[in-house]
Amino acid sequence: MILTEEEKREAVEKSREILSKHDSSRGSLIPVLQEVQSVLGYVPPDAMQEVAGHFNIPSVDVYSVVTFYNQFRLTPPGKNQVKICMGTACHMRGAGTIMESWERVLNIKVGETTLDREFSLERVACVGCCTLAPVAVVNEAVHGKMTPTKVDGMLFSHRLANPKEKEEKPGEQ
Amino acid sequence: MSNKKAAPALEKLQGQAVQNRESLRGKTLILVGAATCGRAVGALDVARVFREEIERLQLDAAVIEVGCMGHCYAEPMAVIYKPGEPGICYGYLNEGIAARLPQDYLVEGDPCAEFALAAMEVHEYIPTFQDFPRGLIEQKAVMEHCGFIDPENIDDYLAVGGYSALAAALDREPSGVISEIKDSGLRGRGGAGFPTGLKWEMCSSSQEKTRYIICNADEGDPGAFMDRTILESNPHLVIEGLAIAAYSAGAGKAYFYVRAEYPLAVERIKKALQQAAGLGIIGKSMLGTEYSLDIEVFQGSGAFVCGEETALIASMEGEPGLPRHRPPYPAVAGLFGKPTVIDNVKTLSYVPLIIKNGAGWFKATGTEKSPGTAIFALAGKLVNTGLTEVPMGTTLSQIIYDVGSGIAGNKKFKAVQIGGPSGGCLPEETLETPVDYQSLSKAGAMMGSGGMVVLDENDCMVEIARFFLDFTQKESCGKCTFCRLGTKHMLDILERITRGAGRPEDIDLLLELAEDVRAGSLCNLGKTAPNPVLSTLRYFRQEYDAHINEKRCPSLMCKDLIAYYILPDKCERSCDACVGSCPVEAIFSNEDRIKVINQEKCVKCDSCLVACPPQYKAVIKVSPPDEVLRREKGVK
Repeated sequence: MILTEEEKREAVEKSREILSKHDSSRGSLIPVLQEVQSVLGYVPPDAMQEVAGHFNIPSVDVYSVVTFYNQFRLTPPGKNQVKICMGTACHMRGAGTIMESWERVLNIKVGETTLDREFSLERVACVGCCTLAPVAVVNEAVHGKMTPTKVDGMLFSHRLANPKEKEEKPGEQ
Repeated sequence: MSNKKAAPALEKLQGQAVQNRESLRGKTLILVGAATCGRAVGALDVARVFREEIERLQLDAAVIEVGCMGHCYAEPMAVIYKPGEPGICYGYLNEGIAARLPQDYLVEGDPCAEFALAAMEVHEYIPTFQDFPRGLIEQKAVMEHCGFIDPENIDDYLAVGGYSALAAALDREPSGVISEIKDSGLRGRGGAGFPTGLKWEMCSSSQEKTRYIICNADEGDPGAFMDRTILESNPHLVIEGLAIAAYSAGAGKAYFYVRAEYPLAVERIKKALQQAAGLGIIGKSMLGTEYSLDIEVFQGSGAFVCGEETALIASMEGEPGLPRHRPPYPAVAGLFGKPTVIDNVKTLSYVPLIIKNGAGWFKATGTEKSPGTAIFALAGKLVNTGLTEVPMGTTLSQIIYDVGSGIAGNKKFKAVQIGGPSGGCLPEETLETPVDYQSLSKAGAMMGSGGMVVLDENDCMVEIARFFLDFTQKESCGKCTFCRLGTKHMLDILERITRGAGRPEDIDLLLELAEDVRAGSLCNLGKTAPNPVLSTLRYFRQEYDAHINEKRCPSLMCKDLIAYYILPDKCERSCDACVGSCPVEAIFSNEDRIKVINQEKCVKCDSCLVACPPQYKAVIKVSPPDEVLRREKGVK
């Protein structure tokens, strides 16, 4: 995913702002990265470089932490985040099929964002709604008892509800 | 130890709390279960409707969002306490029922027994929880107050005698507290079962004065949600346990290490910590004594291996979570090289109860070698999923059939998976096994953290083994070669088998690799990773053989080994349900207007089987897939 200059500048600015509130002891590294992600939605390379400079460690060390933990994303999230629960109960009730359906309708693989940045698709560990399996979490709302046709329906109703957004979006920024 | 006593200071706080709650006396209380499980099915909407109705009817009632009682299957739930009447617990609520209850019950006096799950005390015509087998087997110690107190209000916890154990502990010598815990025989509930008192003693006898204590709430097992529920339902209990542990081990700094996937738990602990600090229960000179403790929340970043204590420490130090060699044990040299005690959420939750009621009380429950209760998260194909607390030594069949009410949909029981990715699958003949540390490991599973997933006849055991190995393989940190590559290779073999490309020698190869991975891994993630494979091979060998030799999945689950087929003699010509349900337009009508599946297009998504009306049941799964050809030829 190619980042715009604007996004890079924002990453640097926001990271500096966050770093100014933290000391440079190594124990603060993960909390700082978590904060970067919660502000930007992901951890871009420019932010990692800023963080490395602050802690006085090689950038590759920051990269190794970011890539080790599942929580950190390297690409910007979509406007709508689709997360598929892959816990045991959901798996036994067909979470794999649901994941394939989303991949098919969005034309992306898990962990990716659609080119128009409208949707991103992720897998999550158990969200604790095992009785509703299989479960998909779209933005913060939990949708239980998912079926492939329900996936089609959700996407269809989303597109009905947001018909103009695609044209408006470039104009806004 | 100071001369100042903590008990009088606490009594004052408790008295204050009781007074603060005085405003609720005489009011109707509506407790809505609003832990994550309840919220997922609309508990917050139910609570909102209750509030609106109370407002509209001008009733003297309060709606309180509480945690989870453990009956997750019936969420959203609410307990209504009408003054002068036994509390009634309602289940399977929705906004419609919630809109009715205030009018019908609170105004007109009809308790709406049709929506009631059970009464909290003896009721004229609603049975109590004790009238069900589940109520007889369950013995709630840690979960006693879960779902009945407001987790976001410290007054609720203080009013039921909360923090008394902490005050009592502070008025004793740390060594006295440790010997009480040692005496109780409490063992770590995180999986390994190490004696808790011993761990504290190791830390407290250290020469190093800077010591840490960490509450491990990095509950990563798929299918386990006990820690989350406790933290969301009664955070003060865990804080109290943590503070007692810190005082005993002589630590001045404590951490909650909570998983990133549990935002509500993090929010509730943070709030609880603020409230406790505000009243001087934790923080500087706790309850007026000379002891000070600072408690912080550290959020994990989503790595299963960080449940392992040395990896957890590495992640708190800002490193990738790679386990380290033990010894030295964390109790000797842990976080930043200082002595560190790490205890699981459940372990710490028992601590206040043991201090309050004594070691003898704790030992009176459970078995000799595993005293106390065990908390299990029941998930999978059960009728009543949820959380349960039973005495150690309860048999698996009691938990599955009496507490969980058996298998859903009249299916046949096949296996129960215990202990998550490190555990194993136990078949029907082992159901009389009592749950305790020794018996479970002898049967080939393990206590683990307490996740229990029940599988029925439609679940393929090879696929289950593959699922768990896929999990551990992805979560392997990569430090030890055998865990990193061995699990990958085992996974490749299992995938091959589920695709129907298995070879006869694969089973021996799996067994050999399992032994190597176990022997060549540093931490328990690797050491136990082969368990799901080994236990399924031990008890369900015939399923592996069917996959390998006949290219057939007996449970009709492995996608590459099945095909969907529409029975021509059952298909109703005028019905098009399956055609409409197919997302890839693979179903067409033949010249007789019987529906046929184009096997080339079919993505095996199961939609047609679900869509086919129950009176026809024309869509079936067959294995191996060329069974379809055979049948189609047979028809013509």
